[in-house]
Amino acid sequence: MLTVSGLKRLHLSVSFDLRDGECVALQGPSGVGKTLLLRSIADLDPSEGTVKLDEALREAMPAPAWRKRVIYLAAEPGWWSDTVQEHFTNWDDALPLVERLGLPADCGPWPIQRLSTGERQRLGLVRALMLRSRVLLLDEPTSALDSASAAAVEALIAERIANGTSVIWSTHDNAQARRVGSRIFLMGPHGGIEEKRP
Amino acid sequence: MTYIQLSYGDLALPALLVVMDGLFSLVLRLKLERQLAIATVRMVVQLVLVGYVLTFLFAAVSPLWTALAAFIMVLFASREIVARQKRRLTGVWKYGLGAACTLLAAGTVTMFALLTELRPDPWYHPRYALPLLGMILGNTMTGIGLGLDVLTNSVVRERAAVEACLALGGTRYQALLPVIRDALRSGFMPIMNSMAAIGLVSLPGMMTGQILAGVEPVDAVKYQLLIMFLIAGGTGLGTLAAVLGGARLLTDDRHRLRLDRFSGEKSV
Repeated sequence: MLTVSGLKRLHLSVSFDLRDGECVALQGPSGVGKTLLLRSIADLDPSEGTVKLDEALREAMPAPAWRKRVIYLAAEPGWWSDTVQEHFTNWDDALPLVERLGLPADCGPWPIQRLSTGERQRLGLVRALMLRSRVLLLDEPTSALDSASAAAVEALIAERIANGTSVIWSTHDNAQARRVGSRIFLMGPHGGIEEKRP
Repeated sequence: MTYIQLSYGDLALPALLVVMDGLFSLVLRLKLERQLAIATVRMVVQLVLVGYVLTFLFAAVSPLWTALAAFIMVLFASREIVARQKRRLTGVWKYGLGAACTLLAAGTVTMFALLTELRPDPWYHPRYALPLLGMILGNTMTGIGLGLDVLTNSVVRERAAVEACLALGGTRYQALLPVIRDALRSGFMPIMNSMAAIGLVSLPGMMTGQILAGVEPVDAVKYQLLIMFLIAGGTGLGTLAAVLGGARLLTDDRHRLRLDRFSGEKSV
């Protein structure tokens, strides 16, 4: 279980629990701080308050170890090498997921520049999923995808949730929020969240 | 050793060449005459002053005065490094990083040369220590300035890539490694270029100076080689220390990228 209590960052002030195998949809107007909240939970930005995974404080472990358990996936994932496969520790293991998301199996040696925004988004997701983290913080993971690809992503994440992964899924799509989330967190301009049942 | 001495009067005629430049500027309306006049006066004043300061230091041969002169040189070098940065760090490290790295690198290499190769008596004799330090400082400064500039600009440009690596559980050094490599390469480039071109395209100032002063060309070449080796070592040390130090300052102990540590940038 992920426990967030009294998390403060700039105007944000948030507390909630996220059970294993639960998916919460995070909604709210652009610029309200959804990305800020997800980044703070992953400890990518300095924040106050306590964040625990199964009673283990994030400060109790090195930050890289925490981020391997609680992965933040940016809406536009970044790339540090030239080709696709250089970003994976084992590209062959990633292939089944790559193909499931509708990407060609031979895209391993492709240069990153050649990829479309949607391809980058799906490959970024595969790269994050390969680490089999306990928690996934997805920042608009289907914002650049057509409806068929988005459905493939939703199905894939649903499998992970069924296997016990916890997910916070930020989205502007109300229908998607109701589909994927067992609860919906609505973020207001004052930095708090309000819980809604879908 | 014999050399042709100049009196101040001998300089009047060559100085007319600068006046000629000024006339060109006036006639062609380049509006450079003011700047040219200021630069010329600065040059004359600075060099004459340095001449007297060095005369005093050489007569004194005091470790304290020599150290003070070296310290002032390092201060000017670190100011020069900061002036070349587009993005600057906040707080003490703005000047501190450049100063510490130039001092470390140029200081170490100068001491190394004084204690092992040149061995003047006493070892801190300013006639050897200060010119050596000056030449090493100038080049180390260029390497550090370039390295830091590339580091800070690439970190901002490659922010998404760095944070993607961090978000996947990479350490700050893993995440910054591509950027660090770029910065080190840029820092080393000028010294490698000048080593390749030396003798063919450029005759280094120190070597020509020694030749004018009556030293045999082959002996002057040996001195120049020593200096070039020292400069290469100093630039390597200084650039490495500055880039790694800069990478450390732009991240924190929780392995976060801290671009808010640039002055004038809001926290994000």
